[in-house]
Amino acid sequence: MSAKSPRKFLISKKVDAFFSDITSASIFTLRFFKEVFRPPYEFREVIKQCYQVGYRSLFLIALTGFITGIVFTKQSRPSLSEFGAQSWLPSLVAIAIIRALAPLVTALICSGKVGSNMGAELGSMKVTEQIDAMEVSSINPYKFLVVTRVLATTIMIPVLMCFTGFVAMMGAYLNVHANEQTSMTTFFIAAFDKISFLDVFSSLVKSIVYGFTIGMVGCYKGFNARNGTEGVGRAANSAVVLSMFLIFMEEILLVQVTNYLR
Amino acid sequence: MLEFNKGKDGEVIRIRDLYKSFGDLKVLDGVSLDVYDRENFVVLGRSGTGKSVLIKLISGLLTPDSGSVKVFGHEVSALNKYELMELRLQIGFSFQNSALYDSMSVRENLEFPLEHNARHLTRKQMKQSVEAVLDAVGLLQTINQMPSELSGGQRKRIGIARTLIIRPKIMLYDEPTSGLDPITSMEINNLINEVRERFNTTSIIITHDLTCAKTTGDKVAMLSNGKFIKQGTFEEVFKDNDERIKQFYEYKFID
Repeated sequence: MSAKSPRKFLISKKVDAFFSDITSASIFTLRFFKEVFRPPYEFREVIKQCYQVGYRSLFLIALTGFITGIVFTKQSRPSLSEFGAQSWLPSLVAIAIIRALAPLVTALICSGKVGSNMGAELGSMKVTEQIDAMEVSSINPYKFLVVTRVLATTIMIPVLMCFTGFVAMMGAYLNVHANEQTSMTTFFIAAFDKISFLDVFSSLVKSIVYGFTIGMVGCYKGFNARNGTEGVGRAANSAVVLSMFLIFMEEILLVQVTNYLR
Repeated sequence: MLEFNKGKDGEVIRIRDLYKSFGDLKVLDGVSLDVYDRENFVVLGRSGTGKSVLIKLISGLLTPDSGSVKVFGHEVSALNKYELMELRLQIGFSFQNSALYDSMSVRENLEFPLEHNARHLTRKQMKQSVEAVLDAVGLLQTINQMPSELSGGQRKRIGIARTLIIRPKIMLYDEPTSGLDPITSMEINNLINEVRERFNTTSIIITHDLTCAKTTGDKVAMLSNGKFIKQGTFEEVFKDNDERIKQFYEYKFID
């Protein structure tokens, strides 16, 4: 093998690599919209992935949601007590959970559990040539691996978000009931008094966006893994870091849009 | 619909002046070859000389920088996505590490290409097809096992079975005997010959194992520094006085 003259870069090696990565990520994302509507449809694999994403995250999501509900209620009580506004506690907790905590906590937990799993699984398939094996068997690996997983996260994260919201509200109720002996009916009437359709709708939209982001980032990082097992670890790690970062960026943006509509 | 006929000189694969680089690294530097119907063509060479790149270019997994790769007279890099998928149904690719799908059992590994490429088959026909091809590689008893439960030799055989299930006309073997003991290697060599007899395949075998080259190859080509330094029968190639060929042959037996 002979070496050519050193390669020239447009700006610098790192800056070129950064823009090249953004370009390939954009192409990778746009390809989803092209492939998702094109037959053949992999319904069975989508259902399998929905099971993986949904059912397997359920316990962790339930535990985290429950603790979030209890802790948030417990921490908010002293501040409200100072103003003698303890009766506002259910509505305050409901607004916080439904508008922000449920979608965000679900997305962050799932980006850790599901995103890293996708990054590692696809990364491992990439470095062991399983993705190439699909391609040479005339099977579209993007359609079978990426489209199905992104659809699964986009469908299941909103479902998990609803579940997180419910469990967190139950945690909040138990705390309120233990301290103020409030009945369940009174608690939930007070809680949902201040909740509008826009609150629920915006949370659903947010969780759809987060679900898409988690699936897409996990798959992108896995699909582009290289350098053996070290690359698989890096793919899993960067899938979590990048999807969390993007979720916070999207949260900022979507909150602005929702506040504008309110 | 593509037609899969031999070229005008009877060749199935024709490569001319093929160049491929990765960044600053020149891997293939003007490679040319012809592979004829039912021929076993062995590409020998040291690790990192671009042998695997050559078969990835043939299957369209990589695109050449310049030069021509024709399979059944079709220029691979000029085919659109659907034509390439059609062509790939005629090509079986046996990977160096078998590339079995870890999350699927042996049966599912073999059914997977059928489910996507032969949707007209009933479950019963698929089952028969899987069992027939597993029987052909002598591993019917592993049908319900997971890839992690198989030995290296068994994985190679299952990898070959998975490619055979779509009845390809061309087989590309990437290091079929690497990492195997001499007895298992010989079993794989015999299997390669059996596959040619039973399925009428034309094969390219990438290897650095001289026993494999001698046992399976009708024609052998020695790749060094991105170029073929000699092509011919095994005896013709290793009679050559080229230092690189001599070194390859001698070191094999020192090992």
